[in-house]
Amino acid sequence: MLGDSVQFSRILTELTLSFHIIYATIGVGVPLFIMIAHWVGIRKNDEHYILMARRWARGYVVSVAVGVVTGTIIGMQLSLLWPGFMEVAGHVIALPLFMETFAFFFEAIFLGIYIYTWDRFSRKKHLLLLIPVAIGGAMSAVFITVVNAFMNSPQGFEIIDGRLANINPIIAMFTPAMPTKISHVVVTAFMTVAFMLASIAAFRLLRGSNHVYHKKALFMTMKLGLVFSIATALIGDFSGKYLAEYQPEKLAAAEWHFETEEGAPLRLYGILQDGEVKYDIKIPFGLSILAYSNPNAEVIGLDQFEKDEVPPLYIHYFFDTMVTIGMLLLGVSALYYVAKRWRWKIANARWFLWLIVFSGPLAFVAIEAGWWMTEVGRQPWILRGLMTTAEAATSSEYVGLMIILFSILYFILGVGSVVVLNRIFRRNPVEKELAKYESQKGGDPA
Amino acid sequence: MTLELIGISVLWLFLFGYIIVGSIDFGAGFFNAYSHLTNKHHILTNIIQRYLSPVWEVTNVFLVFFFVGMVGFFPTSAFYYGTALLVPASLGLILLSIRGSYYAFETYGSRGHKGYSFMYGAAGLLIPASLSIVLTISEGGFISMVDGKPVLDYWGLFVSPLTWSIVVLSLAAVLYISAVFLTWYASKAGDEQATNLMRKYALIWAAPLIITATGIIVELRAHAPWHFDNILDLWWMFAISGVLFIGTVWLIWQRRNYGLAVVLLILQFAFAFYGYGISHFPYILHPYLSVEESFTNEAMAISLIVAFILGLCLLLPSLYLLFKLFLFNKDYVRGKEDKNHA
Repeated sequence: MLGDSVQFSRILTELTLSFHIIYATIGVGVPLFIMIAHWVGIRKNDEHYILMARRWARGYVVSVAVGVVTGTIIGMQLSLLWPGFMEVAGHVIALPLFMETFAFFFEAIFLGIYIYTWDRFSRKKHLLLLIPVAIGGAMSAVFITVVNAFMNSPQGFEIIDGRLANINPIIAMFTPAMPTKISHVVVTAFMTVAFMLASIAAFRLLRGSNHVYHKKALFMTMKLGLVFSIATALIGDFSGKYLAEYQPEKLAAAEWHFETEEGAPLRLYGILQDGEVKYDIKIPFGLSILAYSNPNAEVIGLDQFEKDEVPPLYIHYFFDTMVTIGMLLLGVSALYYVAKRWRWKIANARWFLWLIVFSGPLAFVAIEAGWWMTEVGRQPWILRGLMTTAEAATSSEYVGLMIILFSILYFILGVGSVVVLNRIFRRNPVEKELAKYESQKGGDPA
Repeated sequence: MTLELIGISVLWLFLFGYIIVGSIDFGAGFFNAYSHLTNKHHILTNIIQRYLSPVWEVTNVFLVFFFVGMVGFFPTSAFYYGTALLVPASLGLILLSIRGSYYAFETYGSRGHKGYSFMYGAAGLLIPASLSIVLTISEGGFISMVDGKPVLDYWGLFVSPLTWSIVVLSLAAVLYISAVFLTWYASKAGDEQATNLMRKYALIWAAPLIITATGIIVELRAHAPWHFDNILDLWWMFAISGVLFIGTVWLIWQRRNYGLAVVLLILQFAFAFYGYGISHFPYILHPYLSVEESFTNEAMAISLIVAFILGLCLLLPSLYLLFKLFLFNKDYVRGKEDKNHA
């Protein structure tokens, strides 16, 4: 198992993060939706929404368990695979890492209480227990993203004679990359979860259950999906402007913008063959508008950078995937909303419901593509401009072996969580559960 | 008290918390699996499931706190231990993952799948074994510097009697701590059968615990004389720990006041664990890392401590609520409100 430990460390980190981000996204997004459903249920005095909260919470616990596990793994793997980076990170950016643990602890405690105390409190009091869960989940994402933002635009310290000096942990947290990164991560988590829940509801409707419960769930999640897609598009635009200002090499690589020019066009799609771009769509002045909201602005191209400091050009594909899916989801949810509003038939058409079914998985693909773009796009740096990935990696010879072990683990966890979730909901369909609560109450729940 | 002393004391407190809470958790998993083997499953499962289900995530967080805190307060340790521990820590992580997924998969999926219970029980013993290796390594002698990078001597570690004594101690401690705790918990739940069974296990594991603990002190004399001398200077802490141990065993033996027995047990481990920690001072990794040299900068230390205090203000009331609802709520412990979970 001897090999290039730098390359292997990158592969293992990418593997862990790609797996973790699925569960982390669910972990950040779902509590908000449980809370909204629970709240709507109380407001409208509608048992269907209460049941929605209850069922989502049940599924949430399973994904949180895997998220906890993979989160612990990535937390420790950072030190195991990137000891050189963590030594510096410990000095400068340990504060948000530390606070993340608190946020997560807070979330875990109240989630445990919420799950095990249905009917032990009044509905309203029980809803209050969810607030710390949602806040804890969102704050975990915020703190971790602060660390990632620091890696992209490090500040809050100086290097004097090769040693760290004048460290200011607070300034290190509030980096230029922070605002756009945090809002992008949190809002896309909400958006992705909205489409995930919508795709489940649409799937049930297609598979013969015509229950009004699924219709309510679909309408609510699609409406929220639209809101968060619009927010995502706006924040995505700000992220582009951030890159143009502070990490022009990442933007240039993602857009295949080779030469610095004014009035730069935006390239969409296309392939790169022998250094030449083919089959792409060019939007005149597009990149200048994206980067500076000004069609004549000058955008820095890859010609301004040393060859060994240019990120891999294949991040263009990740970028296109992310943006295309984002736009598609925005379109689907907008069309759904308008169609519902004007009572167009299309909203209930089978093909349209299938489109919604695919929206959930697609949203997760977009999340993955986005993370790959930003992480690969920072290469060759682990700490932009200061420390390369190669300098930070472990010297251990056993990373290759660990890739195999962790791959097996993630496979088991992934399959296990899908099987368990499937079993929970198959065994206990909505109709059965509603009937149970009605018989308990001895009356009409509405 | 200097900043680095505050830092290491806080971290040591978290590690201690993990050892107590984790031991209860790991041991319970083992007893659960063992009861499957001996057909005593009906006696234990309810007690174990009811205690563990709401608090398992909390256990894990203690460990995360510890290693995140280490990186924050002692960043250089991330470099040394990070490089050296890739294999043992990764194995520990994989085992932790198997356990972590157990509750979700088992509690919400198929209750009582035997194979998973065994894996879970076994993982509960292998985790303390793999994590305790860090304590062995910290005594020095297993890491050498090659081209400025720390390299772990796996074979030397594997054949060292010290390694195996610490592994055995960790196993005995896990089983003893959790047996004493579950004796109390079962008696509180009014489950006489389970109480008697756990009481028996507690008494059985008391002997190996005290024998290996004493044995390790003797072995340190040869392996790490500096540490042995420091331990002798702190003899009174270990003596108090020994007296508390006798107190716990006597109470369990007499079937009296199991609650007090748990308190004495925690104090016993606190004295021994702090005695061990203080005598290890000033080294985090002998001889490369000392507390003082590997300490972070002052600005980070102060901000970490402030964050820590603010965090505690948030967490302590929450933990109080959790324990009030589940651990100290008679109806819940006795299973009257078993149907409440979602």
